[in-house]
Amino acid sequence: MEVLLYTILTLCVLGVLAAVILYFVAQKFRVEEDPRIDEVEKMLPGANCGGCGFAGCRGMADALVKRDDISELFCPVGGGDCMKAIAAYLGKAAAEKQPEVATVRCGGTCEKRPRTNEYNGAKSCAVAASLYAGETGCAFGCLGLGDCVAACAFDAIHMNPETGLPEVDPDKCTACGACVKACPKMVIELRKKWPKNRAVYVSCVSKDKGAVVMKACKAGCIGCGKCEKVCAFGAITVENNLAYIDPQKCKLCRKCVNECPTGAIKLVGMDPLPKEPKAPAAPKAAPAAEKVAPAAPKAAPAAEKAVEKAAEKAAPAAEKAAPKTAPAATKEPSHES
Amino acid sequence: MKTFPMGGVHPSENKLSSAKPIEVLPLPEVVNIPLAQHIGAPAVAKVAKGDKVLTGQLIAEAGSFMSANIHAPISGTVTAVDMVANGQGLRQMMITIKREGDEWAEGIDRSETLVKECSLSAQEIIAKIKEAGIVGMGGATFPTHVKLSIPAGKKAECVIINGVECEPYLTSDHRTMLEHGEELVVGVTILMKAVGVDKAYIGIENNKPDAIAHLSKIAAQYKGIEVVPLKVRYPQGGEKQLIAAVTGRQVPPPPALPIDVGAVVCNASTTFAVYQAVQKGMPLIQRVVTITGKNLKEPKNLLTRMGTPVSALIAAAGGLPENAGKVINGGPMMGRAMVNLDSPVTKGCSGITVMSEQDARRREASQCIKCAKCVSACPMGLEPYFLSKMTQKKNWDELEARMITSCIECGCCQSTCPAYLPLLDWVRLGKQTVMGRIRARAAAAPKK
Repeated sequence: MEVLLYTILTLCVLGVLAAVILYFVAQKFRVEEDPRIDEVEKMLPGANCGGCGFAGCRGMADALVKRDDISELFCPVGGGDCMKAIAAYLGKAAAEKQPEVATVRCGGTCEKRPRTNEYNGAKSCAVAASLYAGETGCAFGCLGLGDCVAACAFDAIHMNPETGLPEVDPDKCTACGACVKACPKMVIELRKKWPKNRAVYVSCVSKDKGAVVMKACKAGCIGCGKCEKVCAFGAITVENNLAYIDPQKCKLCRKCVNECPTGAIKLVGMDPLPKEPKAPAAPKAAPAAEKVAPAAPKAAPAAEKAVEKAAEKAAPAAEKAAPKTAPAATKEPSHES
Repeated sequence: MKTFPMGGVHPSENKLSSAKPIEVLPLPEVVNIPLAQHIGAPAVAKVAKGDKVLTGQLIAEAGSFMSANIHAPISGTVTAVDMVANGQGLRQMMITIKREGDEWAEGIDRSETLVKECSLSAQEIIAKIKEAGIVGMGGATFPTHVKLSIPAGKKAECVIINGVECEPYLTSDHRTMLEHGEELVVGVTILMKAVGVDKAYIGIENNKPDAIAHLSKIAAQYKGIEVVPLKVRYPQGGEKQLIAAVTGRQVPPPPALPIDVGAVVCNASTTFAVYQAVQKGMPLIQRVVTITGKNLKEPKNLLTRMGTPVSALIAAAGGLPENAGKVINGGPMMGRAMVNLDSPVTKGCSGITVMSEQDARRREASQCIKCAKCVSACPMGLEPYFLSKMTQKKNWDELEARMITSCIECGCCQSTCPAYLPLLDWVRLGKQTVMGRIRARAAAAPKK
């Protein structure tokens, strides 16, 4: 009985002693931290996506509190409202950024861009890109192995098994830029987010010459420059055989969409402009549900027809080449025994 | 029998064409010559569209010290200097020449006579090699004149000729050693003179007893040249593995080079090219290419002009078989699968391997069970399973600390993996990224 008593007493004394020591040590070595950091962290979305450039929201909160000028810092997930609230709390001027959305600039679906070989290596775009041009004749487009999907922390980008291309859910996308960084082909771009998710953009990144593009893909930009001429706002530039629509200058007038002979300019969330009077019953895109409108297929200015013909000519040639180039492209040691 | 100390595998050799004498491939009608077919800066084109060129004429000049000259492999008209798809489907700058006859530039001796004496100084020899645009023909395509220019403060002790040809299927070096043995050994004496040493070893694996016997007989007539038979083991043809096998010396990890242990290694075909360049004035415009594969009608060794489309070689070997699944530029271990058979033969292309669909297909990968077979197979003493995992996690600092830059991409890890994991795919990506980071850091660092 006595043993038990002494044991309990000893332990109690030890505990109190340790508590006292710990109390003084904690006082002595206390880390002074601005309590506002905790507050700001609470105001941030807590996604820890790294879209701001910091490892997590805590890092961002720390920087927001400590830096005098926070105009360079921006949380893409929380957006303008979140930044305003934080700036008001800290009494600093917030960065103002328009909302953006990730945009996949490749229209090379399985149908429009036939496969010429089979990739059999590690399932990663980064690996495939380090080895060769890809499963199709286009060396610039989407590889379709889903590095962007794996990078997304918001479940906002998914592969469409029918097209073999990733699709962004604009309502879930926070424009954190993780997919942009993950894509080895630099196919994804952060573009201005219009109301109702409207958009006009060139859905191609190929810098190949027109003839080469036509051979590899029926939906590629051939750099013909028609869109550049028709644009009234100077928003379109053609460089290295590739058109680019500046989202800051574009007014969504949609004139370029009808001009594009290959349908590389994509129109999202809007009906296309009415065609030439000859073809009033041009197929209209199902309004909001189907987001990507079929771009100008039938109503044909002469040039467009010529291009189509060229595409037809190119097609059999590509087929002929197909069995020749069938071997899968990977650099690998064989497993034969 | 000698071999390297660590790791390695022994894949089935499949040297189908080892008994086939070298044949001359008919001249191609059109050639495409890439400006970058060596390690270092691409060459700078010296010709433009419409120019007439002669066989052996300089058409592109080395872009820097670490670069190599390129000569016209056929005579004719330059029809384009433009971007053309290479074997990987990527566009790169190439000079296209359409053939008209076969007229050679002056000063090239095409006779078979053996010229043994070489009265040139070391500097003159290296200048001739540089002029001829010779690069390592085993596959790494390192400019030979750079290798022979010993940096100040370092000293070469021996020349090692790489006649190992450890890659399965390939036999181009083997045939060169058998059919051009005399010239090759003269080439060795020239290399010895160029780097100022009196000892040379010719390393040959003992699955080529005929080459060992042939070269030993010739080498006996010269002083200081020794043929070293080696135990068959892949990747013995790797520079560092060969040095370890022959001399027992271990090259320290990068940035150390073979010269740090006093060795200068040169491939057998390259040595023959050196002989031709120095003694005959012949630039590097042709090479022996093995065209091989189990289902190919006639595996062959073809003396091919640079820039010849790969499809021409396949046609010469009886055409692509029905069940062809993969065409590889190189051998099955280190080679690169091709998506474009119209792409040209380059200086580093020692063979074309055609594999059947069944042989070529990788098996479904499962989970790593940490059996460490890859670790014991790695000839560089790395941990491939770990490097592969860290690449997937993008942990570049860890990869750098674990010496990923030492990887020689031999593929032993992947070929032994019982889970069929694509280890090398990942490790190669990690190595590329880490090397890019090291270069970026060096460029950003203030110059001293």
